[in-house]
Amino acid sequence: MSTTTHAGLAPVREVLANGVRVVAKESRTTPAVTIHAAVYAGTVCDPSSQPGVAHFISRTIDRGTTSRSVDQIAEELDSRGVSLATSVNRHALSLVSTCLVEDFQSVLSIVADIILNPAFPEAEVRTRRGEIITTIRQDEDNPAAVASEALMEILYGDAHPYGRRTRGTTESVDTITRGMLQAFHASWFVPQALCLVIVGDVEPELAVDAASRAFGGWRGAAPPCVTLPTPERSRERRVRLVPMMNKAQADLAYGFTSILRSDPAYYSFWLMNNILGQYSIGGRLGDSIRERQGMAYYVFSSLDANVIPGPLVIRAGVNPANVERAVASIDAELSRFVADGPSDRELTESKQYLIGSMPRTLETNMGIANFLQTVEFFGLGLDYDRRVPALLQALSKEDVHAAARAALDPERAAIVVAGPYAGPLR
Amino acid sequence: MATLAPQSASAAAVHEEVLDNGLRVLIQEVHTAPLASVWCWYRVGSRDEGPGQTGVSHWVEHMNFKGTTNIPRDRVKGIIEQYGGYWNGYTWVDQTTYTETATRDALDHMLFIEAERMTNGLYDPADCESERTVIISELQGGENDPDQLLDQEMTATAIQAHPYRHPTIGWLSDLQTMTREDLYGYYRAFYVPNNATLVIVGDIETAAALKSAAKHFAGIPSREVRRHLHTREPEQLGERRVTIRREGTTAYFKIGYHAPAIGSADFFPMLLLDAVLSGAKGMNLWASFRTAPPQRSARLYQALVNTGIASAVGGALMPTQDPFVYTISVTATEGVPLSRVEDATLGAIEDVRTRGLTPQELRKAKNQMRARLVFENDSITNIAHQLGYYETIDSWRFVASVPERIEAVTLDEVAAVAERWLKASNRTIGWFDPAS
Repeated sequence: MSTTTHAGLAPVREVLANGVRVVAKESRTTPAVTIHAAVYAGTVCDPSSQPGVAHFISRTIDRGTTSRSVDQIAEELDSRGVSLATSVNRHALSLVSTCLVEDFQSVLSIVADIILNPAFPEAEVRTRRGEIITTIRQDEDNPAAVASEALMEILYGDAHPYGRRTRGTTESVDTITRGMLQAFHASWFVPQALCLVIVGDVEPELAVDAASRAFGGWRGAAPPCVTLPTPERSRERRVRLVPMMNKAQADLAYGFTSILRSDPAYYSFWLMNNILGQYSIGGRLGDSIRERQGMAYYVFSSLDANVIPGPLVIRAGVNPANVERAVASIDAELSRFVADGPSDRELTESKQYLIGSMPRTLETNMGIANFLQTVEFFGLGLDYDRRVPALLQALSKEDVHAAARAALDPERAAIVVAGPYAGPLR
Repeated sequence: MATLAPQSASAAAVHEEVLDNGLRVLIQEVHTAPLASVWCWYRVGSRDEGPGQTGVSHWVEHMNFKGTTNIPRDRVKGIIEQYGGYWNGYTWVDQTTYTETATRDALDHMLFIEAERMTNGLYDPADCESERTVIISELQGGENDPDQLLDQEMTATAIQAHPYRHPTIGWLSDLQTMTREDLYGYYRAFYVPNNATLVIVGDIETAAALKSAAKHFAGIPSREVRRHLHTREPEQLGERRVTIRREGTTAYFKIGYHAPAIGSADFFPMLLLDAVLSGAKGMNLWASFRTAPPQRSARLYQALVNTGIASAVGGALMPTQDPFVYTISVTATEGVPLSRVEDATLGAIEDVRTRGLTPQELRKAKNQMRARLVFENDSITNIAHQLGYYETIDSWRFVASVPERIEAVTLDEVAAVAERWLKASNRTIGWFDPAS
């Protein structure tokens, strides 16, 4: 019967002697536990000559360990109704599993075995290579994926870890060997790179004890450093068209590089982005492009302030006949935001929304686990959920207006259109 | 807005009340977070659409977010967001539903919104026109995905007579020609309290919630709902095939079998058969079907993915009021011909039909379902969804009976449904064959 609003989450955090970070939060909503293990071995760690290794690891790490065969792992998880989701983004490779509380210890020990002792059997490497290449080929036929990937390449350059395709290319994946997977694992899978979040119907002390038993004996050096160049801010508008004439609808990706997550202006950017392309059905962009002009089923913006200035991206799916009108409408909305800033009502409503949605965000075990991983990755502090309301309340119209001026400039935008459209956009 | 059982929810935890106008109200107190979730369900979906009107249920759903007599168009934006809330809606074959989840102090406001939606929709002609192109954009976005395109064609080939055959989003020509009067007429015909179920779940007090529901809804008059009779799908007499040849990179394969409806004694055996073939999904279309099932040891995963023939496989038995199709979907690995995918899939199915399952497989499928039922009820939004979903196609009491019904399924029953439903003459095979 406890609620999270007043007391806050107040999770328990322990750093084991070997550097593994454990964050535990008890929640009795269901007799289940979510285990969320993030290893800071994302696609930015890929060798520059071999993109796709981290993603390849995410597809093979759970396919056999030195003591468990691939079939044993499958059987142990499936028989408990548990699926283990492995995924990778630019900074972390994650293994996430929700299990019944009675299975917590067993599932945690399987997760630990997978992280510490993957075998990468040759046969599995071969089979999963076919899967990965198929997925890459599916992406190449998906205008939304094509537009998003091309935008990142324009914003960061194809040599930058943010500019490369996260799954690599078919050519690169074709030549990834078992040895490369083992070498990547040996370098990057080390205790200091692991953050283990456990949320559910288990007391925090018991969760930390279990984590300590599963990971306490793990030894390893510090992980290597990755240097991520800060992207240069664009001086001009750049447009790329990727004609895909077999498709019915064109996908637009329109964006900029933004700011660091650690920048004090982050909260102004967060609010600005909510007003621009999130609030209700896609903020101001949704009002214009979907609600008033009926041009798109979806249009929204997203902000990924990160350890380097991450992207601020606007996405929409439009009929090819409306591409130019949609881009002109985005240009107009950005210019209006830069000229006039937010209205009083927008400022108040977006603050109310972002603050008021916290209990919903933190309702489920998975919601809490995702939130705590973000808190840990950016070092936001265990009381971050309680500090958010004040951080947002403190922002003025001028703060948000300043964020709009800093971030949004149609003359510096990168724009990609992928779909049945061949021009003449500029 | 899209086209598309709690273990703890004993029937005793749910308070049921039917107002004088026929509105069924279901209330469950769940005090785990300071939130309340409201779902308002209507017994209307693409099954109720006649020729020339396909897609009208879904379009009406979109129009029901465009303002009412007492919620002017310009006040719609932010109406629930002010409370930190989330709203959505969806339309499928048997149902149309609207939902809000927000802080508990917004409950009365959420009920006001739903009562307005039931009776006071504006249907401004300009908004109807503008939404026409939004929905056509939604349709075309879906067609960008070859897998979705194949699913649509396969379903329309498998089902010949029942209105389940057409896609919920509608056929393009109907979306181009329907009028504001078609939309409004349909809205007036089906949006009445005696055709609806209102579900309230969360950190609320039952008596107060009921009082608030009565305040907003009791004055809405009931009206007879006239439905045209549904054709009963005739027995399929032989295998059907559909092949799409289009530019693309990847080959997709599907099989659709006519399948038992929710009320059939064959439904749960079939659900466990699907779990053995492709992993258990659970019973909540809103929550569980979005995450990967435990399937690494499942029959089809072993036969197709672990052999390198396919990069992905999935099965879907949807709970529906009338018999729908059970679909198996396979993505071929780059370079593997569709004929080989088909042979391997049919081989695995034939193996189940001729040799049956092992007791261990059935036990595992039941364990998976038991766990999924816990996982899929981790939020008040999901708990409320289940009550309304099953009340709309059967009864909300169905939800509480699910664990027992799953446990009661025997090996013989699963063997019988495999024999009855997975036979060659009951299937439709679909190929998406990419031409370069």
